[in-house]
Amino acid sequence: MPSSNLKISGLSKRYGDFVALAPTDLDVAQGEFLTLLGPSGSGKTTLLSLIAGLAQPDQGQMRINDVDVTYVAPYERDIGVVFQNYALFPHMTVEENIAFPLKMRNISPEQARKQAQEALELVRLPQLGKRFPKELSGGQQQRIALARCMVYRPSIILMDEPLGALDKKLRDHMQLEIKRIHRELGTTIVYVTHDQEEAMTMSDRICLMNGGRIEQLGTPAELYFNPRTLFVADFLGESNLFEATVSSVGNDTIGVMLDQGRIPAKTAADGRPLTVGQKVRVMVRPQNLQLSRTPSEDMPGLSATVVDVMITGSLTKLYLNAPFAGDTPIMVALPTSRQADAWRAGDTLSLHWQVADAVAIAE
Amino acid sequence: MVAITNPAARAARRTTFRNVLLGVPLVVLLLSLLVYPVAQLLLLSVQKGGEFSMASYVQLFSSSVYLNVLLITLKIAFWTTLFAVIAGYPVAYLISSWPQQKKGGLLFWVLLSFWSSFLVRAFAWIVLLGRNGVVNQLLVALGVVDAPITLLYTFGSTMVGMVHALMPLAILTMLSVMENIDRSLPRAALTLGARPGSAFWRVYFPLSMPGVAAASIMVFVTSIGFFIFPALLGGRRETMIAQIIIVQVEQTLNWGFAGAISVFLLIVVGAVFAVYDRVLGLSSITGTVADDRGPRARSRWAVALSEGVLNVLAKTSDWLASLLPRRRRSRREPGQSRGLLMIVLTILAFLSLPTVLMIPLSFAGSSGLNWPPRGFSLQWYQQVLESPLWMQALTRSLIVGIGSGLLAMFIGTPAAFLLVRAKMRGKSLMLAFVLSPIIVPRMIIAVGMFYMFSRVGLAGTTLGLTLGHTVIAVPYVVMTMMAVLRNYDTRLDLAAQSLGARPTQVLRHVTFPILIAGLLSSFLFAFATSFDELTISLFASGGLNATLPKQFWDEVNLQISPVIAAVSTCLFVFVAVLIWTADRLRRRSATQ
Repeated sequence: MPSSNLKISGLSKRYGDFVALAPTDLDVAQGEFLTLLGPSGSGKTTLLSLIAGLAQPDQGQMRINDVDVTYVAPYERDIGVVFQNYALFPHMTVEENIAFPLKMRNISPEQARKQAQEALELVRLPQLGKRFPKELSGGQQQRIALARCMVYRPSIILMDEPLGALDKKLRDHMQLEIKRIHRELGTTIVYVTHDQEEAMTMSDRICLMNGGRIEQLGTPAELYFNPRTLFVADFLGESNLFEATVSSVGNDTIGVMLDQGRIPAKTAADGRPLTVGQKVRVMVRPQNLQLSRTPSEDMPGLSATVVDVMITGSLTKLYLNAPFAGDTPIMVALPTSRQADAWRAGDTLSLHWQVADAVAIAE
Repeated sequence: MVAITNPAARAARRTTFRNVLLGVPLVVLLLSLLVYPVAQLLLLSVQKGGEFSMASYVQLFSSSVYLNVLLITLKIAFWTTLFAVIAGYPVAYLISSWPQQKKGGLLFWVLLSFWSSFLVRAFAWIVLLGRNGVVNQLLVALGVVDAPITLLYTFGSTMVGMVHALMPLAILTMLSVMENIDRSLPRAALTLGARPGSAFWRVYFPLSMPGVAAASIMVFVTSIGFFIFPALLGGRRETMIAQIIIVQVEQTLNWGFAGAISVFLLIVVGAVFAVYDRVLGLSSITGTVADDRGPRARSRWAVALSEGVLNVLAKTSDWLASLLPRRRRSRREPGQSRGLLMIVLTILAFLSLPTVLMIPLSFAGSSGLNWPPRGFSLQWYQQVLESPLWMQALTRSLIVGIGSGLLAMFIGTPAAFLLVRAKMRGKSLMLAFVLSPIIVPRMIIAVGMFYMFSRVGLAGTTLGLTLGHTVIAVPYVVMTMMAVLRNYDTRLDLAAQSLGARPTQVLRHVTFPILIAGLLSSFLFAFATSFDELTISLFASGGLNATLPKQFWDEVNLQISPVIAAVSTCLFVFVAVLIWTADRLRRRSATQ
């Protein structure tokens, strides 16, 4: 693992009685793309402001490249921020905007102009230097904000929902663009978003936040396949969550009883600290549920009735009712095919899943 | 002949017709009571006995007296503008940076002094700066001087009064621009490596320049037409143009000469506006940052000069900040400096204290207006209540205030609808026309109206006064209603229509209930304008027919007595309640 670029320990912030950020630890490695993901009010923007030095923490410590910067002013930290609304200076041309941080570092005007031009080329807008920000489209402004931030090579770039104002197609394009620039520069990026798809697409690691604290920190795959809490399972992607009780704890498998102890089923163990008799939720992703007309040998008791069949494009979604799931409909996603389309509302069928595709999450 | 049956054309014609209907009352009002009288006055200046004659202008330029007065006027206006804008800037800056909920407290004090009567404030300074006034007492007590010194009737006292009078206007004008500056811009500058000084001077300050410019021109133009402060606080050497006009009308009834001075004054104001428009563009006056067409290409040396100045300012303030002891564990967020708060509170105290100091004086037992007041009595209030002059004046002011308030509301509101809703050409021209009663020096309007009214028998009548005040008050109504209407979601009307309401029903059940608070507050602003208006009332009434400000003016010119302190206190409290109510209403309508 490369040396850690940003090290946060016990950092916290309150506004009056409201805990914006509970004491938090976080290490970000050199060159890593880390996303702070969470619903609004989860503390992700607070954490970003604290890293940027735009807000002061109540407690804790923060080091950038092993230097204590906890109470250092923003202009003395080695960071760059891309703001949600871009915060381009309207009274300066694009070139002046990009040269601004260089000017503040007393770099000679010729050198600054040259570096600004290079930054413009990096974001592929070399011809726009003389324009004013309001003459550019949203996507172009976004790139200029990026260029202004990268031109002085800060060791960490912070991005606060930078694509929030763009439409879907442009957003997809800019995601790839930011990834490309990240690859080319190798700068550490801390990225804030509430869009889980964006977080999955872009990040090396995701830091999922909720209620002012970190809910789970890991790679997108870890969070997706192995959520530690119900919140994570629910927030990231679609999931079915069945109420169950733990009946046995093995090395590879955990046995559970669904439907108030009537139906046995199995989930992956993943080293979870569960005990027999504990209440859990069993999470299975819609695309990991398998359907058959006849009961499976492994989990014979799971039968359900089809309520609705919908073709959503490449996936066909089935909504099922089953006693073991209570009132919540079960969602199943199948690749759209003639075979999937053969299911009809009212059909009775058997459900089944691979043990590795199910996890038990403590309530 | 085939009748035109194209429904689209008919609908378009109907819209045009409606637009005309909305705008016509205001246009008629301003044409008949502003443009016509002023034009007539200007015409009088080139006439003598019905013949064309330049005699008035010959008189104007034949001696250096009037040119000197002009120079004094410009000098006073210049210094007033400089001080009012520089001192007002930090106040506007701080108010605009405060969170929405806390803003109201600070803003209230600015609004209170903005709407407090000029007369009351001038009187307060007479008392404060007098031989036995608070300031002299303080200076003697502190040992700065041995005996009371002459503070009153000097250039200094005139300046203090003028700056005090016009700083609220400067603050409010700058505030409207500063509120639109994105606060994340200076923050972004900090993250890009700018020290706070650089972030302010290179990013925030240039963006606030349109506000500074708009405030400067508003203050400058207003002070050029002032007469209350130089007349009450200044000596002979502080005589301003407007005072000369009063003398010409009141004492010699020399209309031609009054007209010539008015032309002179109008040309000066026009020149100021022309210069302003060349440099910055007129549209920035209305408070919107004029950036829809991009910054103008300025000459190279001007750019280099402003760059250089800003650079020096930025470097100096950063250097000064670096000299201060460093507080590493400072809990304060950037931009919330205690020093700034202290400065702003001091300025707000300067704005509010003089009027507040009237209150104890009005309850004094003795009649000297000395500080500190001795004894306690209600005798001065009793005198006011028992005086037919004061009570008649109050009644008249109330009648005229309510009348012109209602009239201004009924005429101004449709025009505001037109200016906000309609898509039409010449909108900014229309807006400039609507604001012209504020821009044209009040004295010129007053003289022109007086001449016109005296020829149709309206001079000195309640109706004439009401009409005159309506002209002055209508821009405030339009501006208030435009602000309210901009916040109004027109989809609500469409929703009501889609639910089956006819246009009149929509107005009655949806539009009107939502706008009622805004309407009321615009009425109150118009009422307050009329209630404090002196210039028009100065010529249009007298004796038992005086309005409250006119009675106040006559009284102050006669003698300085605690009776006036009692009246001042009443006016102050009345205006405070009015402003508080109007602001409450406006805010309620804005949050709905």
